[in-house]
Amino acid sequence: MPKTKLPGLKSWGHAPALAWTLLFFVLPLIAMLVMSFSARIDGKIELTWTLDNYRAFLTRADGTFVGALWNSIEVTVITTIVSVLVAYPLAYILAYKIPKQWQRFALVLTVLPFWTSYVVRSYSWLLVLSENGIINQFLLWSGILDTPVGMGNSRFATVLGFVHFFAMLLTLTIYANLVQIKESYRKAAADLGANGFQAFWHITLPLSLPGVAVGAFLTFVLAIGDYITPQILGGSKEMLLPQAVMLQIGRQADFPLASALSMILMLVITAAFLVFAKRLKMERV
Amino acid sequence: MKALGRIAPWAYLALMLLFIFLPVLVLIQFSFQGGLAPVPPFDGPSLKWWAKVLANRKITDGLTNSLLVGLGSALVATMLGFLAAYAMARQKRRLSAFYQFLLMAPITVSYLIIGMGLQITFNYLGISKSLWAIGIGHVVINLPLTFAILYAQLGEHQANIERAAYDLGARDWQVILLVTVPMLWPGLLAAFFIAATLSWDEFVIAFLLSRFDVTLPVVIWSMLKSGLSPELNATGTLVFVISILAVGVVEFLLWRSRRSNV
Repeated sequence: MPKTKLPGLKSWGHAPALAWTLLFFVLPLIAMLVMSFSARIDGKIELTWTLDNYRAFLTRADGTFVGALWNSIEVTVITTIVSVLVAYPLAYILAYKIPKQWQRFALVLTVLPFWTSYVVRSYSWLLVLSENGIINQFLLWSGILDTPVGMGNSRFATVLGFVHFFAMLLTLTIYANLVQIKESYRKAAADLGANGFQAFWHITLPLSLPGVAVGAFLTFVLAIGDYITPQILGGSKEMLLPQAVMLQIGRQADFPLASALSMILMLVITAAFLVFAKRLKMERV
Repeated sequence: MKALGRIAPWAYLALMLLFIFLPVLVLIQFSFQGGLAPVPPFDGPSLKWWAKVLANRKITDGLTNSLLVGLGSALVATMLGFLAAYAMARQKRRLSAFYQFLLMAPITVSYLIIGMGLQITFNYLGISKSLWAIGIGHVVINLPLTFAILYAQLGEHQANIERAAYDLGARDWQVILLVTVPMLWPGLLAAFFIAATLSWDEFVIAFLLSRFDVTLPVVIWSMLKSGLSPELNATGTLVFVISILAVGVVEFLLWRSRRSNV
């Protein structure tokens, strides 16, 4: 019997994953692109290579869609900046102030709510922000407010919900970066006469920027595409782009328009990727 | 001034922990609400909403469906991720960078777009909305993560041990099953549990690709639409407890494997 040698895993192991990605990720994106050039004629969707859906985005009389895109970009940029500013000191404290043997425990504790249900977490903020909620009680008690203020259903609530989630994500990426910076660098800086702030500004901060970039990129991408948080916390006062997309699918079943809006969302994400691309690198340990 | 410098980090840490845990703690507290109002003031503690949750077929069915989809899709994602990571880490290819880009690409696209694309594609192909459809979508979003986690662990150190096994006469499959997989065990488990945790809690894709059998986040969403209730708080707390248990298992496994390796 002739012995046939099967080709080793090394040579084909990546094939199933690539096939899956092509079939269930690339193909759907192409389907959506095609869909965005289609039209609804008598309730049926037909491919007519029309640009009407993109025209609708730009010229819709009430400016709903362009407005939604701007709202999305504003909320996402604010979210990303605030999250980085809030998370960086936290990651720094975890990496350098907590004793080594407690670090892992402290880190897991700090990001524990990261693992709670996304829908539930957004909704929990409604309890906190409600007129009888703990924040209003504190503000009344401390005399800052005379009458309670409902803080849900606002851009503030959306950003707060986002910052809560993404501060945890950024803490993880920045911490992972900080603990890789060799202690000897900081010691050398101190030996050469740098004070604590100078050592941080010229050594630690520049070396930790890749961790910030990865986290900030993920924050931007995930926040701008998220439907849940703005829908639950932001309410209906202002619409973000993902809410506009869901509205087209849900109530109107207008898949061509929803696809066109999604393509515009993809375009924004791609632009963000190009901005961050230089700093994003995947490394093997 | 010096004292301030010493206290400031701890004060900040305490403040951040308060911020991070505030919504979760309030949620847990109000799952024990006594009256009908899901919002403050608190008039419990009472277990009646917990009893209602555990007796609610919609919720328990959703829970079972979520666990099925989570565990199933995590298993597929971990296997595909491992195979890809192994092949990519052990053999250089002309297109390696491109393959890697392709495998990681879904991470940069929002769930909403992935879900809608699949909905359009499945509709076109005549695949009906089901738990299977949701599972397929969840493998797409988790594959980049399992791949990245496992790829990061297949470094030179592991390659040397594999080479030693080859030198001692082991075959391909023996090296993989008896050397590589046991070495990667903590990473494999971590990848599996992370994928399962993200999948069982995922909403948008599950919402777009389900009709009759729905997962727990979709059940929660429909409860939310019909108004807030303490039952919702109890359901949310239940989700939290299960997720935390999974994280606890991962942490314990990683901790044990670190101890035995040192």
